[in-house]
Amino acid sequence: MLNKVLFIIMMSIASLFASNSVYASPVETFEFQDEVTKVRFHALSKELRCPKCQNQNLADSNSPIAADLRRELYELLQQGKADSEVVDFMVARYGEFVLYRPRVSNVTYILWFGPALLILIGITVVIVILRKKPATKENLALDNHQQKKLKQLLQPNPKSENSNVTKEEKE
Amino acid sequence: MNKIIRFIPLVLVIALGVVLYRGLSLNPQDMPSALVGKAMPEFSLTTLNDANKTVTKSDLAGDIVLLNVWATWCPSCKYEHPYLLELANDPQLNTQVKLYGINYKDERLAAQHWLTNYKNPYQFSIFDEEGTLGLDLGVFGAPETFVIDHHGIIRKRFAGPIDIRVWRKEFEPLIKQLTDEKQQGI
Repeated sequence: MLNKVLFIIMMSIASLFASNSVYASPVETFEFQDEVTKVRFHALSKELRCPKCQNQNLADSNSPIAADLRRELYELLQQGKADSEVVDFMVARYGEFVLYRPRVSNVTYILWFGPALLILIGITVVIVILRKKPATKENLALDNHQQKKLKQLLQPNPKSENSNVTKEEKE
Repeated sequence: MNKIIRFIPLVLVIALGVVLYRGLSLNPQDMPSALVGKAMPEFSLTTLNDANKTVTKSDLAGDIVLLNVWATWCPSCKYEHPYLLELANDPQLNTQVKLYGINYKDERLAAQHWLTNYKNPYQFSIFDEEGTLGLDLGVFGAPETFVIDHHGIIRKRFAGPIDIRVWRKEFEPLIKQLTDEKQQGI
């Protein structure tokens, strides 16, 4: 049993190292000189948007322009360009539009911080509502002054009030 | 005060409705080009008709230029072709702008045939087989048309076929403005 488990672990580790650096996209196959470049290609082609088919990234899309851009991306990476340089290259040609994760700028503040702001507003509203004292028996009850007034209102004339008092006294 | 607060949700819903309604009529394909306001990128490619003749950015310099990206594989290019011919044959417009083509990711022979069959509206067409110039221009399909001013700055990019309606709305005012700028020496 233990042997079997060990074998499986060994095999999976070996397969991790053995996976050759080939990445197949929908149409073409790229060969990379090392694992890191392959991972970077993978990541970038997922983050960059296909300009033609707007709800797909470069990795997903079959359109000719996406294939071109994948090839361009591959070549840029082969040239040793940094991720940021690759992204700049694409943005210079296709605009901020190609980024699935837009950069933080004046235009995108509302996009980046809007949700946090809305949550803050929501929390504040909830706190304000919760802080209002709920209607309990204690704060619904009349205070002394109100009690007196109520009694006065309930009594038709001062005479009966007197009689009441006497009654109470008798009891 | 309480009465006003009661109306806040209604106001918010109406505001949201207005925003969303506006969104319905926006065209998601209509993207501002990253290149508007930037210089025409450098290139060195052959012309479509002569594989031995190399053209560069300087061949376009000095004029107000319409740069039309086209290809034989593109059905909309066929649609806009007659109107391009009309533009190219407009004597008044001819003094103001020059129409050049970029034959984008195409086969040379097929494209040459196209121009002999349907007539050639372009001064010349740049043969961009690999789509390298297209890439530098941020082209993602055909047809696309760029307006480049006399200083070599890209002033407009239009994706889609040109017809008379599009021309009147999208191009005519800009061409007029650029002609004025050129005359005033701006």
